[in-house]
Amino acid sequence: MAAYDASVRSRRGHTLLFVACVAIAILLASASAEVSPVKFLENIHRFPSYIVRLFHLENGQPVWTDFGEWFWGLQRWLRLLVETLLMAYVGTVLGALAAAGLAFMAAANVAPGRWLRLTVRRFCELCRTVPELVFALLFVIAFGLGPMAGVLAVVIHTMGALGKLFAEVVENIDMKPVEGVSSTGAPWHVAMRFGALPQVLSNFTSYTLLRFEINVRGAAVMGFVGAGGIGQDLIEAIRKFYYSDVSAILVLILLTVAVIDSLTSILRHRLIGLEGKN
Amino acid sequence: MDAVRARYPEHFTRWSRQRLSMIGIAAALFVLLLFGMGELGFFDGTLLTGFGRLFEIAGLMLPPDPGSWAHARAYGMALIETVAIALLGTVAAGVLALPVGLLAARNVTAQRIVRFLARRSLDTIRSVDILIWALIWINVVGLGPFAGALAIMTSDIGSFGKLFSEAIEAADRKPVEGIASTGGSHLMGIRFGILPEVFPVLASQVLYYFESNTRSATIIGIVGAGGIGLHLAEAIRTLELQQTSFIILMILVTVAAIDVVSSQLRFAMIGRRAGIGK
Repeated sequence: MAAYDASVRSRRGHTLLFVACVAIAILLASASAEVSPVKFLENIHRFPSYIVRLFHLENGQPVWTDFGEWFWGLQRWLRLLVETLLMAYVGTVLGALAAAGLAFMAAANVAPGRWLRLTVRRFCELCRTVPELVFALLFVIAFGLGPMAGVLAVVIHTMGALGKLFAEVVENIDMKPVEGVSSTGAPWHVAMRFGALPQVLSNFTSYTLLRFEINVRGAAVMGFVGAGGIGQDLIEAIRKFYYSDVSAILVLILLTVAVIDSLTSILRHRLIGLEGKN
Repeated sequence: MDAVRARYPEHFTRWSRQRLSMIGIAAALFVLLLFGMGELGFFDGTLLTGFGRLFEIAGLMLPPDPGSWAHARAYGMALIETVAIALLGTVAAGVLALPVGLLAARNVTAQRIVRFLARRSLDTIRSVDILIWALIWINVVGLGPFAGALAIMTSDIGSFGKLFSEAIEAADRKPVEGIASTGGSHLMGIRFGILPEVFPVLASQVLYYFESNTRSATIIGIVGAGGIGLHLAEAIRTLELQQTSFIILMILVTVAAIDVVSSQLRFAMIGRRAGIGK
């Protein structure tokens, strides 16, 4: 019993120490981030009232009383939504293709050279650690305002993120087919094509579909920095206090994201099902 | 050979149905890719001139240089603020998401309708991008890091709520049954049967998100919600490219350091075998 008490006491002590550390960190962080509970309590009523105002038209009526007025810019917004989806699609496909190439150079089991492998790994890390929007800001300077900058930012980020995941998939393959192809005297790229690629293709596709979902969300805010898509109109509506426009665009984005998510999850499940059957 | 060919005819036909349909899908995806690239202006010639300018910009970014000591100090302070935003947002989200996660978990909340509502609201919160939350909170508490911390908190409540409820649902039922058999109430079952078991998993998820939130916190400054993003966007827009690369370098180092610390803590908490706790 004494031993039990001692062990409980030591665990309690550890927990207390941990809580104390977290509390100190939070206090320091609050000072740095200008957290003020007073300001928060004074202004918190604006949060629900802001949300309520989002769902009222200029004339004070709730938005659902007049759908024509609420979605007055539907045609323009739909065009921008299509542009957003195309940005996500092109960015995902180009990024995934580049990542697939890089993954074979970055995977420990099949990489042709050690230095190449480490370089490619660092490169992928750089591409995924720098936030997409930062790339977009830089690309806007180089390519001008418009969707091109956004697409390229999506490509770079997708390449970095998928490059890592794909390399991990390649590292988990069965090496026997690769050895078999190599033993016939085939060069590296042929061994990869017939020995490794068939094993990883379904996993690659599944990760790419997941990435597409993420990129649709990413492309929707690219417009915040002028890099194309529906974000441009959204930030303008928020900044200029066009309340009902904000909610209309948000509803459109949420619907699109939900549709894309369910479509890709159906596709992914079918893909996994196919794999099971073979 | 002929005997093998006779036994597995489907592996020897050159154009099997599956292969044809695969080629058809790939061709359709490729056509969509070309269409998208055309729509987004990839074939207008801006791509080439843009890449030329991009190389020029990349050249001007080297070597990274803050410009002056005052700048370097300001960036350092902003970086600390960024980490503070991420820490506050993550911890607050973790605390607030726990009750929601319990409400959304099947083995805790018996009422279907409560569970359904909890899940739907979590889904909605998650579908709104962190930058949009930042813009909304700026309208409530004003420009500054506080709005950023609140934005990270809001968007993380969505993610944590989902992850927590999944972790809770995966918990072993036996401790709860044991407590119920001694006459303990439902609440006591949750407190002593479920929480001790899932707490390390939840804590490791929070730590895991701390790192990715640091990355998000670097960009919310672009819309005015505090942190290093403000300096970064300003440096890019005023074409102070050496300062830009200096800031990016600082961000990379900080994120890497936090990654190392948080993964050490995670392993200490849940043991090396459990990996990243997903």
